[in-house]
Order: sequence, then structure tokens, then C-alpha cells
Amino acid sequence: MVEQLDELYREVILEHFKNPTHSGELPDAQIRASGVNPLCGDELAFHVKLRDGRLERVRFRGKGCVISQAAASMLATQLEGKTVREAERIMDAMKGLMKGQEPDASADLGDLEALAGVRKFPVRIKCAALSWNVVEQGLEAHAHGGH
Amino acid sequence: MTLNVERIRRDFPILSRTVHGKPLVYLDNAATSQKPRQVIDALSAYYSRFNANIHRGIHALAEEATAAYEAVRERTARFIRAPSPRAVVFTRNATEAINLFANGWGRSRLGPGDEILLSEMEHHSNLVPWQLLAKATGSSLAFIPITDDGRLQLDRLDALLTPRTKLVAVTHMSNVLGTINPVAQLAERAHRQGALVLLDAAQSAPHLPLDVQQLGCDALAFSSHKMLGPTGVGVLYAREELLEAMEPFLGGGEMISDVQLTSATWNEIPWKFEAGTPNIAGVIAFGEALAYLERVGMAQVRAHERELTAYAFTRLRELDGVTLYGPPGDAEDRGGAVSFNLEGLHPHDVGTVLDAEGVAIRAGHHCAKPLMRRLGVPATARASFYLYNTREEVDRLLDALHAVQAFFGRPAPARPVR
Repeated sequence: MVEQLDELYREVILEHFKNPTHSGELPDAQIRASGVNPLCGDELAFHVKLRDGRLERVRFRGKGCVISQAAASMLATQLEGKTVREAERIMDAMKGLMKGQEPDASADLGDLEALAGVRKFPVRIKCAALSWNVVEQGLEAHAHGGH
Repeated sequence: MTLNVERIRRDFPILSRTVHGKPLVYLDNAATSQKPRQVIDALSAYYSRFNANIHRGIHALAEEATAAYEAVRERTARFIRAPSPRAVVFTRNATEAINLFANGWGRSRLGPGDEILLSEMEHHSNLVPWQLLAKATGSSLAFIPITDDGRLQLDRLDALLTPRTKLVAVTHMSNVLGTINPVAQLAERAHRQGALVLLDAAQSAPHLPLDVQQLGCDALAFSSHKMLGPTGVGVLYAREELLEAMEPFLGGGEMISDVQLTSATWNEIPWKFEAGTPNIAGVIAFGEALAYLERVGMAQVRAHERELTAYAFTRLRELDGVTLYGPPGDAEDRGGAVSFNLEGLHPHDVGTVLDAEGVAIRAGHHCAKPLMRRLGVPATARASFYLYNTREEVDRLLDALHAVQAFFGRPAPARPVR
């Protein structure tokens, strides 16, 4: 295998794909959002249970490529327990990371940092980005509908 | 007689390059073929020796360019056994050829109550133009369903072909399933109901001996770039009386006979459909592609690909959790486009790892989203063969697929909801 491939499919990414840590549904979720990548058919649905301004529980369901499903698992893991503001900071940092920017030091990216290798495979960026696009949409819709 | 593949490969400069440090194995021929140096040289010969605009000039260069361009029309007619070069219109690609026919023939003839019969296995290029036409004319679309092994359900044809059916537009060979459709039978039954038949031959013209008269189709569309020629050249064949009666698709220079300030009369066929300066260099180089295929022999190309396809099927079956789509590998009615999926893996991941191994395949919906839905998958991986591919390359594909499975391992079954 060429080196770049190991950079795209880092160990931790493969691990999240094979054994996703936050797959499932939340019957009492206030936020339910889903999305697809029409070109490749990746599908993701996120459920988020909010409590006291925090994303108390985050679960996802989906099917698609390694990158899209691992990104969803890592994002769900990382967002759980964070405040809405912290979650937004994480997702903004991920968008920046895909453009080659250094992530904001205050954003707690955890395993998500492993997705940095995706930016060398431009056609695969949308696979990773599906997860934060879906969660952001869900948060926005909730913020607008909730007031 | 078998092909001298080693000798053929020497004609294709790109086949000796490496990708990520590995020798290229090019198995994306259904998307576009590679080009022999004869075709590449013809492009530069035109520009360095007789570049001129065609049909209008009175100087030597224009005469040479016009003669070369029109000679390719004659060669194309011979290649598909068309009765006359007047039945051959050059376009940009097969898509434009289908759009030309849909607009030139369909707009003035179809109305509410009329039907266009397509199939579930069409490429978007033989689907969306008819959707546009149906919307513009108030006519409607009907579809021949497919069987689970990727063949047309011909037993449904009697119910689908009615006096309302004005046109049957189907693919000759599926770009996803590899299925070669029984066109002669389809055409006979369509004609009995008074319907015309258009064939999307984008996948068949590069790989099979074609005879439009034997096939019995009224129109046929294909692209140069899938058959060793350059991009930017396509062909619409249609019976002369249809072309005569059709309205022009594009207006402009060359397609006219006389022009007044508020009206114009049309040039003769086929020039009536070739407005503006065409892809002269591309058409001339396409002539070299046809000459190349004629020298090799289309029957030999077909025999070589049948053998490779059967071999690829046998080898692919050894993979754990593989699903193969379309008719069996050794079936007479299948060409060399082989779609497959590996359990638990998205084709894009398969394609990315294969690329790292130097193996170029296609992964995606292959511009056939309704067919993907029918197959119940978001996408497939597809290997597609041509005259320069070898059994060793099939082996390289298999080695790389084994590497894919080793790399990703088998994903764990979905966990219960927590």
C-alpha cells in the first residue's frame, strides 16, 4: 500500500468504521437530522438529546463508505457531552481542517483529527463532511424552531 | 483467430505509464477508452499539415480538410453498415446525438397520449432527453422492466407496446450490467406496432460488429471517445427519410441553404444538422480509430473480450462476499462491463485502494440512478475491458481486490441499539 492510503485510512478511522461507538437511535431526541451524498449514496441520520444546553446523548445510523461512517462515529463520540457552543467550534474546526487550515487549539477534536489525511483526496472530502453538515443542519433547525 | 494483444498494447503510449509506482491496469473502458498513437498522430497531422475550415473554402487546405472530414463520414457509414453516408450526422457525443433526435424528430410529432418506451437499465443520456421531450410535448414515458439477472423482461413487451407507442429507445449494451439486448426482436415487434426504434450504442459500437440494417433500428447513437477516438465527436445514424423529415436541432452556419432576414431554408442532410464549425480534427482522428478497429476486426475484439469477461467472472467469484450484477460471465448476451460489490464495503473505498495498486476501475452510480435503485444499491464497482486488456491484468485486479479485503477486514455486524 502506498503511504498516502495509510494516511487516508488511519487505524483509528478503520476502527470506528468496524466498531462504531455511537450507532443507534434515541427515541427521546429533540434533534433528528439526516442527509445523503447524492453522488455516492452515503446516508447518515443523527439523533441528539439536548439537556441544559448540552448534547447529552448523540447517536447516528447510516450506510456508506469507510470515511463517511467513521467520521459519523467519531463526531458523535466527540460531540456527546459538549455544550452547543463547543460542538459548533468542533464542527467549524473540521471544516477548516478540510481546507488545510490548522485547527483552533480550543476545539477538542479527539479522534476526528485523524480525518486530516482526507484533504489529500479531494473527491473524498464530501464523504467526511456529510456528518457535520447533517448535525449542523439539525442544530440550526432546532435553534430556529425552538424559539 | 486471437488478437496479438502484446502488439496492440505497443500502439497505446499510455499503457506503459505507472500509477502510484505500479504499472497502470486500465479497466475503465466503459467510461472512455485509451487512444493508439495512430489516433494521437492524426490530430497533430491535421493541425500541422492541413488545418482549414471545411465546406466553404476555395483554397487547397480547405479542400484537403473537407475531403478528409467527409471520408470519415463514409468510413463511419461502412463501419455500421449504413446504406449511405448521408445517414451519418456528426455530433459532440452520443448524448448530443440522442438529444438531436429527440428534438428534431420528437418535438413536432409527439403530443398528449403518445408514449416513448424506454427500459429500466438506461444511462441518464438515454433517459433525461426523453423526460425533457415528454415534458415539452405532453407525451409520456413507459419502461420495460428488467429481470433479476439484468435482462429485459420481454414477456412484458406485448402489454407495453401499444398503438400509443411512437418510439422505443433502449440501450444496445448496458454500461452497468453488460447486458446485450435482443435488438432485432425488439425492433420487429416495435415496428409491428408502428413505433420507431432508437438504439443507444455508446457501449456496443466499440465492442461488437454493428449492422444497423440487420439490427433493424431506425436511429443509433454512439461516441468516438469510447472506441479509441478523441473526445468531442459523436455520431447519430438515422434512416435518410427520417433525417429528411426532421427539423434542425441547432441553427447557424453550414446548416442552411439560403437565409433571409427573417427566415432560412435548410441545407441537405446530413449537413442540415451540423451547424457551426464541427470538431474537424476530432472527426479526422476518429477515422483513424475506425481504421484501427477495422484492421483488428470487430469480431476478434468481441471474441477477446468474451474470453476476458468469462475469466474475470470466474476469478471474481473466488472473493468472499462478492455480488456480481448482470448476466453470467460466459453468456452470449453480455459484454465486458462487469459490475460488482464486496459485502460491507462501499465501492468508493474499493476504488481508492485499487487506485493505490495502479488499477483503474469505476465506482459510483454510472449515470444510471434508476437502475441502481432497481438493484437496491447506492453504487457499484465496475471493471470494463477492451481489446488491449489481458488475463494478467484481470489477475492484477484480483490481487488488488484481495488486498482491499485484507486492508479493511470484514466489518463487524451492526450492533444492537443502546
